[in-house]
Amino acid sequence: MTKFLQTLMDGISIGSLYALIALGYTMVYGILRFINFAHSDIFVLGAWLSFSVALCAGWTASGAPLLFPTWLWTVLIVVSVLGPLLYVVERTALPALRSSLGPRVPHALAGGFVVTAAVWAWVLVGLVFLARATTASASFRPLTGVVILVIAMGGCGLAGYLIERLAYKPLRAAPRLNVLITAIGISLFLQNSGQLKFLFGTQPQKMPELMENKPLAVVAGVAINRVDVIGAGTAVALMFALEWLVFHTRLGRAMQAVSYNTRVASLMGIDVDRVISFTFVLGSALAAAAGFLFVMKLPGALRQPADTGWVLLGLKAFVAAVVGGIGNIRGAMLGGLFIGLLEYFGVAYLRPELRDVYVFVLLIIVLLVRPSGLLGKATVEKV
Amino acid sequence: MALLEIRDLQTHYGAIEALHGISLTVERGQIVTLIGCNGAGKSTTLRAISGLIPVTSGSILFDGKPLVGVAPHEIVKLGVAHAPEGRGIFANLTVDENLDLGSYLRRDRDGIARDRERVFELFPRIRERLRQNAGTLSGGEQQMLAIGRALMARPRLLLLDEPSLGLAPQVVQTIFRIIREINAAGTTILLVEQNAHMALQTAHFAYVLEVGEIVMQDEAKKLAESDEVRKAYLGVA
Repeated sequence: MTKFLQTLMDGISIGSLYALIALGYTMVYGILRFINFAHSDIFVLGAWLSFSVALCAGWTASGAPLLFPTWLWTVLIVVSVLGPLLYVVERTALPALRSSLGPRVPHALAGGFVVTAAVWAWVLVGLVFLARATTASASFRPLTGVVILVIAMGGCGLAGYLIERLAYKPLRAAPRLNVLITAIGISLFLQNSGQLKFLFGTQPQKMPELMENKPLAVVAGVAINRVDVIGAGTAVALMFALEWLVFHTRLGRAMQAVSYNTRVASLMGIDVDRVISFTFVLGSALAAAAGFLFVMKLPGALRQPADTGWVLLGLKAFVAAVVGGIGNIRGAMLGGLFIGLLEYFGVAYLRPELRDVYVFVLLIIVLLVRPSGLLGKATVEKV
Repeated sequence: MALLEIRDLQTHYGAIEALHGISLTVERGQIVTLIGCNGAGKSTTLRAISGLIPVTSGSILFDGKPLVGVAPHEIVKLGVAHAPEGRGIFANLTVDENLDLGSYLRRDRDGIARDRERVFELFPRIRERLRQNAGTLSGGEQQMLAIGRALMARPRLLLLDEPSLGLAPQVVQTIFRIIREINAAGTTILLVEQNAHMALQTAHFAYVLEVGEIVMQDEAKKLAESDEVRKAYLGVA
């Protein structure tokens, strides 16, 4: 009984993280019909960003807080100057350019998004200082975790936004295979640039313990730990928030419309590009939350950015999205939990060394028996 | 000034020229129809107006403002609503939600409520089906929803793409009666149709499109009586 309950708890807490990551895969697929292979790297970025901000805020063994490297300040300032400049060019000179060069003026000239990115980055910098402030005073220390979560989500949201604008948007009219290959390229780029010395380096790290992980209660011999409760609670809260956003707001309605038929959605007055950007931000932020919660639960599992262990985690989350029915938000949540439980029960009651096998066997079975997934509807491939 | 003025519009699908420089005018308060066979470029014209496809050359002026190069959602904002070919119903949403999306850009709650009532008056069936999934509607009901949804944007110009396609003759009669009602209430309409008979009966002015070129244009009544049109489009020997 103890073993069963313990397994159930582990399965749910890891499964809810799979679900958070799976949501990003499924939302992007739902709207653009392509698998964003860089998504699992956003999850890794979330984990490492959490760690870096924690260090920055003063959670180091030695107690010496890390400062922002100069290159980051340089980038921030350059972007902040460049943004408004480009924006002015876009508003004044671009219409003239358009009429002389035709409608295909490169999108990189568009300054509006540089302004957005710059504002965003400054807000994040401000939050980092807030994290340092909460860490410094004992009474606000428990809040640091929340601030770090917000920064990780915001930082990854910004990364997702930039990736979409710079890498995927120019390929909107290109064959889907091109976008897919680009996504793999972005994934490799993120994995390898993450290892740079001034980013996260090539060494595994240990996440500092932001809160004491004491058992809150003991049920039938199983300790229910604070980190698990807070972790699963946060994951579930985020999923409820997403559910509300997608099914009960104007923006969510727009997302559903774009997902069903992009062309007709634009005829309703929906700014399709904005909806797509937003979808990437949302998915990336959820993956970042999963990354943060993951290293909170398993502080020792902060492997170096290109470690294959990360790829495997991302892949399992992808399987969760497929099992639940890709493109279906509730399906991704269900699939994540299902995969988590399957994995942990397989390890506990069957053979632990086959841990990864269970998940992929399930994938094969689902693809054979019900290729549209648990909650997915059978559709004809659009060409 | 006319509400819509198209001058020498050229578009391409890949390397193939779809429209070879067409010009047409839609006067305020009228129903103007664009008739022609399958593949003549009727839907392409509407898509170009709505900004769904790139324009190679030429100009489109709506109320004096250029529409070429403007994003589709901005064009909706200017007052052009488009009920597309194949109806474009969101089958994953309810009828109610589909109507809601029609007024996506509007913030005036009272006005929206009034327009909803108006849509229900025009199409009583829609009110009955409000909670139903839009994918479960019959073809005729879907067409009514598509038109109703376009009206929810309170457009100054309504683009209708083949509203009679695939519908039973009686339903077609109803749809065209409602199109006239909508126009009588003050909305200008550009109607694309293969059903030349109904279109010419309904419209004030008509253009005949053949493989990307306008070959005839006149008042709808006169065109309906011309021998060429009778032979080619009305099936009268």
